[in-house]
Amino acid sequence: MSLEILEVNGLATIQDAGRTGWRKFGVPASGPMDWFAFRAANRLAGNDLNAAALEIGMGGIVLRALRDCVIAVAGVGYSLSVYIWDFPLWSSYYVRGGWTVRLDKLDSGMWAYLAVSGGVQTPPVLGSASTYLRGPFGGFDGRRLQTGDVLKCGAPSRPLTDLAARTLPAEARPAYSDTPTLDVIMGPQDKYFTDESTAAFLAHDYTVSPTSDRMGCRLEGPALTHRGGTELLSEGMTMGAIQVPAGGQPIIMMADCPTTGGYPKIGTVISADLPLLAQCVPGRSKIRFRRTTVAKAQKKYREMMSKLERIVEE
Amino acid sequence: MKPRILPLGDSAMLVQWGNEMDFKVNRRIHALAQLIEASPFSGIVETVPAYAALLVHYDPLIVSFAQVKDFLREKLAQAEAAAIRTPRRIEVPVRYGGEAGMDLEAVAHHLHLTVEEVIRLHSGRTYTVFMMGFTPGFPYMGKLDDALVMPRLATPRTCVRAGTVAIAGAQTGIYPLDSPGGWHLIGWTPLTLFDPRAESPFLFAPGDEVKFVEEKSA
Repeated sequence: MSLEILEVNGLATIQDAGRTGWRKFGVPASGPMDWFAFRAANRLAGNDLNAAALEIGMGGIVLRALRDCVIAVAGVGYSLSVYIWDFPLWSSYYVRGGWTVRLDKLDSGMWAYLAVSGGVQTPPVLGSASTYLRGPFGGFDGRRLQTGDVLKCGAPSRPLTDLAARTLPAEARPAYSDTPTLDVIMGPQDKYFTDESTAAFLAHDYTVSPTSDRMGCRLEGPALTHRGGTELLSEGMTMGAIQVPAGGQPIIMMADCPTTGGYPKIGTVISADLPLLAQCVPGRSKIRFRRTTVAKAQKKYREMMSKLERIVEE
Repeated sequence: MKPRILPLGDSAMLVQWGNEMDFKVNRRIHALAQLIEASPFSGIVETVPAYAALLVHYDPLIVSFAQVKDFLREKLAQAEAAAIRTPRRIEVPVRYGGEAGMDLEAVAHHLHLTVEEVIRLHSGRTYTVFMMGFTPGFPYMGKLDDALVMPRLATPRTCVRAGTVAIAGAQTGIYPLDSPGGWHLIGWTPLTLFDPRAESPFLFAPGDEVKFVEEKSA
């Protein structure tokens, strides 16, 4: 079971659920930008939720299956064709050995996840298959996928015919949008900002900057004013944390973010809304923040996880 | 001094002692981190010690905020009493100056010291690894002698060679990988700080004690 990369136009890497246990040594978690689409693709392909899959962004990819397998693709902003047919995302398909699978980038969205039955097999580095390009380590020799790479795949969990032709219905997917409202848990340093700044942060749109990447999502909008110092002693941080450097424009930490940071954090985007943020298009998407509580955020996260179980046979 | 426990999003919480670089506080943080590591609690993923705060990552599908907070309160009480495990002590050979330590003379000039005095002051005390971060394996160590304290570079360099020993503010560090860097470069060590494929991938761990030893170039 294996897949050969015939062509890559964008940034394609191997990611699993992320690298944990090493953050105290400064090793970023990495993992998928859109955890929901990543897990949905794995679920559809009959894999463990954290199995290694391909993350494809900023351009397309063409692959060839070297043996019969089932692939599942989930995400936003791509069209999919398998052999001679065009198919929708958020579904699984039987692919015969020799067939090509093609993902082309559309004008919306950012990331798609291609899971293959049995998962991509790659030697774990620090316990994870996730690629950390700045390391560089993990995934496929620590680098982005290139033409000619051959990915090994594991054994499928069930007969391929049982795994193919399944779909996650639209109502079970996140409400992806070019103008999402993201729930935020305020703090721990929200008091570092003037009341007017906090009010502006919660009342105005922020545009996602073209300089955003897997490390951070930079925003452009009303500048926030620090009451006192613009820096604090470095402390741990996590994906979703909204750092505000001296310039006042917020930066939301994403999958490859450093483990620690020294700018005040006005709040953190909740786990359930990170997929909406991840799929925002730099230079175009406008986001708005809304205050929420830890209890509500955790409930929303659990509800989203349960939506992964709503896969139906076609 | 009692720390505050604050949420950082829905899957992490911060135990925070304030905003000072203080040995006593930092030692408590390492003691708490070690105590948590030694008493596994289902749902706690990992912890990240820093100067004055410990970040605790947890899985909200397994434990609630309140459960983690109660657990941390209990461990905090024990950490007050627990003697911290004796820190590991690591000696780091350094070749001061040279191509890698290209800022050594400028640093001496800026601080109104001789190069020999900078070397003597830098290698003259034992440092604590307050925390790790920035890149995999980068140790933030302190504190420097007051005479060596100077602000970081106005414009960071785009590439600093792995093994380079540097100073900034009251801190000293070593770049584990070729990476950008805004600190003053004063020397180089042949030690490998990070090898992702090694059995022990990291030379340092948070809480370690580090002594620099001058190695004269042949």
